[in-house]
Amino acid sequence: MSKIFSRDSWSEIIEALSSNWFRTLLTAFGVLWGIFILVILLAAGNGLENGVKQGFSGMATNSMFMWSQTASKPYKGLPKGRRYNFKIGDVEAIKQSVPNLRYVSPRNQLGGFRGANNVVRGLKTGAYNVYGDYPEIIQQQPMDITSGRFVNYSDIKENRKVAIIGESVKTGLYDPGEEVLGTYIKINGVNFMVIGTYKKKSQGGGDAEEAQKEIFVPFTAFSQAFNMGEVVGWMAVTAQDGASITELKSQVFDVIKTRHSIHPDDDRAVGNFDLYEEFSKINGLFIALNAVAYFVGILVLLSGIIGISNIMLIVVKERTKEIGIRRALGATPWAIRAQILLESIFLTIISGMAGIVLASGVLALVNSLMAGMDTSEMMFLNPSVDIGVVFVALIILIVSGLLAGLIPAQNAIRIKPVDALRTE
Amino acid sequence: MIEIKDLHKSYHMGSNSLHVLKGINFSVSEGEMVSIMGSSGSGKSTLLNILGMLDEADEGSYNLDGKTIKNLNEKVAAKYRNQFLGFIFQSFNLINYKTAVDNVAMPLYYQGVKRNIRMEKAMHYLEKVGLAEWAEHHPNELSGGQKQRVAIARALASDPKVLLADEPTGALDTKTSYEVMELIQGINDEGKTILVVTHEDDIAHMTKRIVNLKDGLIIDDSVVSQVRAKEAKERQEQAKRANHV
Repeated sequence: MSKIFSRDSWSEIIEALSSNWFRTLLTAFGVLWGIFILVILLAAGNGLENGVKQGFSGMATNSMFMWSQTASKPYKGLPKGRRYNFKIGDVEAIKQSVPNLRYVSPRNQLGGFRGANNVVRGLKTGAYNVYGDYPEIIQQQPMDITSGRFVNYSDIKENRKVAIIGESVKTGLYDPGEEVLGTYIKINGVNFMVIGTYKKKSQGGGDAEEAQKEIFVPFTAFSQAFNMGEVVGWMAVTAQDGASITELKSQVFDVIKTRHSIHPDDDRAVGNFDLYEEFSKINGLFIALNAVAYFVGILVLLSGIIGISNIMLIVVKERTKEIGIRRALGATPWAIRAQILLESIFLTIISGMAGIVLASGVLALVNSLMAGMDTSEMMFLNPSVDIGVVFVALIILIVSGLLAGLIPAQNAIRIKPVDALRTE
Repeated sequence: MIEIKDLHKSYHMGSNSLHVLKGINFSVSEGEMVSIMGSSGSGKSTLLNILGMLDEADEGSYNLDGKTIKNLNEKVAAKYRNQFLGFIFQSFNLINYKTAVDNVAMPLYYQGVKRNIRMEKAMHYLEKVGLAEWAEHHPNELSGGQKQRVAIARALASDPKVLLADEPTGALDTKTSYEVMELIQGINDEGKTILVVTHEDDIAHMTKRIVNLKDGLIIDDSVVSQVRAKEAKERQEQAKRANHV
């Protein structure tokens, strides 16, 4: 066994492989190509995953949004089709009775997509989404505060009429360079003082523009100013790390259902959007994508390996006489087998390494090209493979080199020395 | 040194069976130089292959230096070949992508001799056959006679008990043949046992004993007076000169 690592066996291998350069190169190319495709596919999958997930970055993915719909079943003498609203008391009730919840943020909303102009400042007007929110919302739907501050609990407690506006709102209502903080805007006829601006990342690509056209005001001031009373439009509920919102949400719904006299089996009364579920789906998609990448990559690699196996068979055939000579000079079958196997493994590893290097080069090129671009809204980011994948690829290479050499090596020792020497 | 009794060998090709050796009894003692003669198909190469452990007999016994050669597994056979036997072939059978000295060192490589010692020994044997300055040349840069001399050096490298030469001069012209035989005779003079298979009469007479094979049986086994290759060569050159005049 020690022979495997001796200088002699290596020089034997190099000599044998370099005796026909062109063929060695062609053979090596098959494996090079296979591993190249494997690495590129995995990296591309990674890049897509990074790109899509950056949309979720900072967002509490363990969250759901819920809103009231109409009751679809009659219950306790109340008819079906009945409308109801969440109440501010529901928030406390949910917090009390459902464990493992991190945030329960009620929210009210004004305006919306293609809504009428609802915000006025001096001569300028605009149509914007206006949200009444609690401070926690910034943890659930992250945004960058570019100046001033976000809503805090003093604002909530004292019903302050203050507003945080998006960058697009700022450009729509203000002249360039104008001071924003401390000025007043009129939302549905009520004055709010601007205390901050924000810039938001879009969620999963689209609507980047729309996301900047929002105005956040304290929930309590919103309710008071726009006569919402105790009504809550919708809620954002986030579970604690380690607990799954998808499992907890039915408990949350149960609280709502008892408090609003809704039939316990009425699934349509509470509308919800489960971010965690969506996130898991996307996660699952990428796991599938990875599996496909491995599958295709390994199949391409396999054809390269079959190529090596094929060539080794030819090599053994061609060197029948040489093998006969070696046997006559005292080479044991194991020595012959080891040489063919080592040649095959050596060839596979060298060409595989070359493939990995080539793929890394291409990835580095792509990355350096992408470095110059604003990737925040692209669905593709930082295509790369980690060292673990490269390691796995190497192990695959060694094993496949061994497999590729197995049949030819077996063929080689089946040759009888006398038959080998007879071919003249 | 070599002791064979009642050796049989037949080849099967499809339904045809060819009985090549039909009971050979034959022995060679140490230091002998024996030639095996016979027309093609007489079984001389088969006999040599069996003696060289490249092939196995169907029946009979074979004793080499006190060891019974029977049903050896390949590993042991390889070891015996390496230790006891040196082969010289008609077509030289050098490995083309190796230099002369590497070719000579091959049997030592399979003995597990360390590289520097191996190279030293290989150089020693190359010197012995007069090819020291050709050590780094590849076989395709050598003439036929030189190639055969490299092959002889290789056969000697592992210091075997017996040299087996299968038509060592078959691919060479007369002059080179005599030079090669001169070398082989020199090796025999140093005490090595040598078996030469040939169908050329003059080559056979350069050994000390001729065994004649016909249709798988020994028909004649006689000691002859050895013709020295050197003298034969000189005689030939004289004849040539005489022809020119």
